[in-house]
Amino acid sequence: MTEVANNNINIKSDLNVTTLKVSENDKQLALDVLNKTPLPTTRVEAWKYTRVAKLGKIDFTNNKATLNDVSSYLIDDTKCSFVFVNGHFSEALSSQEIPSGVSIRTLSANPSELNNSTIKLEGEVFNALNTAFLNDGVQIDIAANAIVETPIQVIHILKGDNIMSNFKMMINASKSSQATITQGFFCESGENNFCNSTSEISVGENAVLRIEKIQYESEKTFHISTEQVKQEKNSNFGINTFTLNGALVRNNLNIDVNGQNCETHLNGAYLLKNKQHVDNHTIVDHKVPNCESHELYKGVIDDNSTAVFNGKVFVRPDAQKINAFQSNGNVLLSDSASINSKPELEIYADDVKCSHGSTTGQLDEEAVFYLRARGLSEKSARHLMVAAFIGDVLDKITNENVKTFTHNILKERFDWDF
Amino acid sequence: MITIKNLHAKIEDKEILKGLNLEVKAGEVHAIMGPNGAGKSTLASVLAGREDYEVTEGTVDLDGEDLLDLSTEERAWAGLFLAFQYPVEIPGVSNINFLRTAINETREHKGQEPISAKEFMAMVREKSALVELDAKLASRSVNEGFSGGEKKRNEIFQMAMLNPKLSILDETDSGLDIDALRIVANGVNKLKSDNNATIVITHYQRLLDYIVPDFVHVLYDGKIVKTGGKELALELEEKGYDWIKEEIAQ
Repeated sequence: MTEVANNNINIKSDLNVTTLKVSENDKQLALDVLNKTPLPTTRVEAWKYTRVAKLGKIDFTNNKATLNDVSSYLIDDTKCSFVFVNGHFSEALSSQEIPSGVSIRTLSANPSELNNSTIKLEGEVFNALNTAFLNDGVQIDIAANAIVETPIQVIHILKGDNIMSNFKMMINASKSSQATITQGFFCESGENNFCNSTSEISVGENAVLRIEKIQYESEKTFHISTEQVKQEKNSNFGINTFTLNGALVRNNLNIDVNGQNCETHLNGAYLLKNKQHVDNHTIVDHKVPNCESHELYKGVIDDNSTAVFNGKVFVRPDAQKINAFQSNGNVLLSDSASINSKPELEIYADDVKCSHGSTTGQLDEEAVFYLRARGLSEKSARHLMVAAFIGDVLDKITNENVKTFTHNILKERFDWDF
Repeated sequence: MITIKNLHAKIEDKEILKGLNLEVKAGEVHAIMGPNGAGKSTLASVLAGREDYEVTEGTVDLDGEDLLDLSTEERAWAGLFLAFQYPVEIPGVSNINFLRTAINETREHKGQEPISAKEFMAMVREKSALVELDAKLASRSVNEGFSGGEKKRNEIFQMAMLNPKLSILDETDSGLDIDALRIVANGVNKLKSDNNATIVITHYQRLLDYIVPDFVHVLYDGKIVKTGGKELALELEEKGYDWIKEEIAQ
């Protein structure tokens, strides 16, 4: 067992430092960071609207758990599906028909030491925690020129109480490859569970990579994700993040656009009710010229829930001819729902086309009245308006199975028929 | 069809309707005219159930149902239709999808089966032709990017689709050029039957050349103060409302 600072995450004696082949440098650095870094407070700018103090009060553990049936969590009916429970790979629940041109290995089955982390560890408690206490994860390599039609699915399920799962995805999309990865986070049962997930994604030259990410844990589950993406020239990367449940969800999406002529698409929808809190922090860093990025995040926020959107776009001094568009829209369905939206542009080049915008409002009551006057029940009228609002983000899902799955969740959780 | 007795309504603390009486029978067309601020649009809003207005006195009976006791959608299910003075633009909500939901909810309320896709589409084709509304417009987002005339034609298209018992046209003619006006009026006339009725609220006598009313009422200061035939509209057009105000003052 390892002691970590008192003002930090409580690590019970049965929680062990990772036995995976994490690079020794990273492991030491991560432990060091954990020892000297407290949990962020709202005085830290990046955590201004998101309180994580509660995570410091839970005695976390990590038990393995088994599930009899995983079918309700399978987003796609693909035969290439990797399932993890509490961060541990479940061979029984997975199906490993790996498409040609793809190599997938769990990190625990990886014979050699993992590469040094591309994720920042200094000062980053959750990344350090993920590194030092990594349970397992997958490494997905897409070979050069491989066009992978079969979606690759990675599912993470929490089960138990006070479980902390540190999970990782490493994706390497080689030159001129094309692939789609579906990622789902769920919770079978229990309270005070915490999924701390990181992804390191490399999109090679001329590669196309799409990720569909669905977060549907529980109102008693904490979730923090960090995705570190780097794009090489002529590549096209897109991620759709749908946050449909979770007590506290924080997503950090960091995109380094390192090569010219890249396209980046970030879309997200967050639908909250009760006391949920969802925080999306995105950074797109345009370091070189002639690239475009498109970002669309929309939220529907009900009851006493709160959402945060912080989207930052950097355009570095020599990154001319950048088209960067960012938009965040929110609908508040109750008087006590709230959103903190902060779109930011930092532009150091002078020949660029960039825009950002944020809107927050309520449903247009005049429109609701209009629909009701035509014979729609108030409920249908409001659903229709919500569907219309969130529809353009949902339309970004290209995979029909993912779309159907998402719609089923919306029906199940919100009784919304879209 | 509809009997309005001693209707009083206020918005915030301002009383707008001050004892309005009106009876409309099946097969009839009634025009309501009156100066600005008389309460014409308030009447339409109160009948449709807009929540900003509070009814303080009076009754409204629609074929035996206490209209004021119903929610907005229940009024629609009971056969009331309001063509809005300012039709609302609703981005992202498809015109025909929402109409289909509206029709099916009405049917469900009446214990009927939902309309089949085939039957519905045939109806869309037939009814959109009635108001010369481009089929493409019919399937776009509700009123989004429509011209003023298209919005009003869309109102009548929806009226045709919903086949109401009582239609209230709230200044449907305002701002229309003569071609659009003819199209709208023609649509309304074609939908007219012995089983339905229409209340036309307007500022302008011109509309009544196309939709010929059986009765013309003058609404002034929250009450119907004068009722006549279609010739009353001509008189109002010519002489304005001052003579009526004087008549009342006496």
